[in-house]
Amino acid sequence: MSGPDTWFPLGPIQTPDSTKESGPSGAAGFTAPELKSVQFRREREAVWRELEGLVGAVEKRGLRALDANDARRLAMLYRGTLSALSVARAISLDRNLVVWLEGLCGRAYLCVYGTRHHLGRALIHYFLYWLPAAMRRLRWHLLLAFVFLLAGGVAGFMLTLSDLDLFYSVMPAGMTQGRNPAATTEFLRNGLYQREAMDDTLTAFASFLFSHNARIGIAAFALGFVLGLPVFYLLFYNGLGLGAFAALYHTRGLSVDVWGWLLPHGVTELFAVVVCGACGLVLAQAIVFPGRHSRIDQLKIRGREAAGVVLGAVVLFFVAAILEGFFRQLVTDVPTRYATAAATALFWLVFFLPRPWGTRPGAKNNAP
Amino acid sequence: MKDADQRVITTPEGIELPVVLASMGSRLVAFILDALIIMSVALGLALLTIFGGASGSFAAFFVLIVFLLRTFYFALFELFWQGSTPGKRNQRIRVIDAHGGPLSPGAIFARNLTREMEIFLPLVAMFSPEQLWPGASGVVALLAALWCVGLLLMPFFNRDRLRVGDLIAGTRVIVVPQEMLMEDLSARLATRPARYAFTATQLSHYGNYELQVLEDLLRREADVDKDTWRLVCEKIRKRIHWPDDQADVEPLVFLRDFYAAQRARLERGLLLGVRHADKNEAREAQARTRAG
Repeated sequence: MSGPDTWFPLGPIQTPDSTKESGPSGAAGFTAPELKSVQFRREREAVWRELEGLVGAVEKRGLRALDANDARRLAMLYRGTLSALSVARAISLDRNLVVWLEGLCGRAYLCVYGTRHHLGRALIHYFLYWLPAAMRRLRWHLLLAFVFLLAGGVAGFMLTLSDLDLFYSVMPAGMTQGRNPAATTEFLRNGLYQREAMDDTLTAFASFLFSHNARIGIAAFALGFVLGLPVFYLLFYNGLGLGAFAALYHTRGLSVDVWGWLLPHGVTELFAVVVCGACGLVLAQAIVFPGRHSRIDQLKIRGREAAGVVLGAVVLFFVAAILEGFFRQLVTDVPTRYATAAATALFWLVFFLPRPWGTRPGAKNNAP
Repeated sequence: MKDADQRVITTPEGIELPVVLASMGSRLVAFILDALIIMSVALGLALLTIFGGASGSFAAFFVLIVFLLRTFYFALFELFWQGSTPGKRNQRIRVIDAHGGPLSPGAIFARNLTREMEIFLPLVAMFSPEQLWPGASGVVALLAALWCVGLLLMPFFNRDRLRVGDLIAGTRVIVVPQEMLMEDLSARLATRPARYAFTATQLSHYGNYELQVLEDLLRREADVDKDTWRLVCEKIRKRIHWPDDQADVEPLVFLRDFYAAQRARLERGLLLGVRHADKNEAREAQARTRAG
């Protein structure tokens, strides 16, 4: 056997005879030839280490840590390392190396395929193209949710007209602020035309309304997961309260006034409630009637879309709260109130109906 | 790392990567940390509102900020921090797409908008059920509360530890890998001459699995005591029919040399398309050679 730098194509240990002759003690003095896997690692380790450095930077400070050049390099090194992992799995039995490469690829994968979006552009795309298209796909769910809300409203109205005392069982006392059948007509009318100076309380009121309503809306969506029954309940119950409220004012001859008070923000707010309810129904449908896909897959596909639409509803709630908190307290002119209600209805209709110039190509199936 | 927690995702490049599911403990701690952050910000703002002159617009600002924090804290962090939040980062866990695709914003919002139902509703149901079901009888309230708590505990009842949000969004929470790359044992062993040599027959008894067990043992060299070395060495010598007249070997050196020789042989097999996963497969191959 010769010195350490001799190259044995097969290595001395492969020939049984050679060891038989020399025996264990006689085999001393030769160095094993470098393995292909060792060579492979030696040649590529620098590249892996570079990727590790970039990934570490992204994990610490986010993708902003990389300039354009590094970002390109990250993607390139990731693909290279991924293919090195395939090779290593095929030729190397060094477990630590393979496990480490898997870990490195996993971390790099999270950086490369994590989310990366230009926020402004994503928002414009979301509101102008994705949301209207998604809303239109949900038209039947929207209709069903609206029917339930309406049914609740009609039931509340009729029941309260037939027996005013039912008002108390539909509306929790805390919400009415004394606006109940025991109040005088004068009190009720004043409530509708209370003019408030534009001051800070209005802002607080609007922001409270927004967070309260939006939370209920989001809950309505999430409750769709439990087969949608609570969604129907929420929609119906909301309608019931509204109907009872309207009936109370109707008995005092204040119908025109109360709708003028409710509708300017109500159009937007009820729309948002219906949207959240519809999204809840989408979840329920995915579980109860999964169709071609498995329940889990269907839930995933529809759930992502519905969640995107719920975000749109949160914006609707925001607009509604602004209208409710400011407009309603500042404008008491009845025709103006109705005109505003009509204007908001028209605006949302135009916003969500198909654009005459069509949607942007490829915009249809993109996630928000 | 338990094998039961291991899952495989396929990257868009078609390579399978193993991932390890995050434990319930680390997810809970991560959530508590995030909740503490939200609450301390809210508390700080509340104190400012109370002591810094409680003007109406400031109160409005407070309500708005708390709502935005509650609703979007998790979603926005996961959106901009590649699926992690401060709490998750502390626990070294991440959100990924269950099938290995890119984590879409839709999925992130879907998994976080349901938190309201999963966490807030059960809490209300437990502590003030009359808020949810005004006028409901005790039994109904109790059943509803149990149902809500069931939703909260859902991750305990499925294999992949999915919460409702994960189910709706098609996401999973995994441990961020943090393996250290160590020196290649073969490369180190190659720097010094081998003291023991092995015949092809002696190297035909073991497969990849046993080799990697030996690798783990050799990598933990400092933690392993002398008796273990002798025991392992003894076992291997018996199995490969090492001549008894040469039984007096130095265990650690013997094992190192055996590792190098065995790995060289098995890796050469890999290059030729021969793979022996473990000693059973190796034995079958041996039998086939003898029969053929």
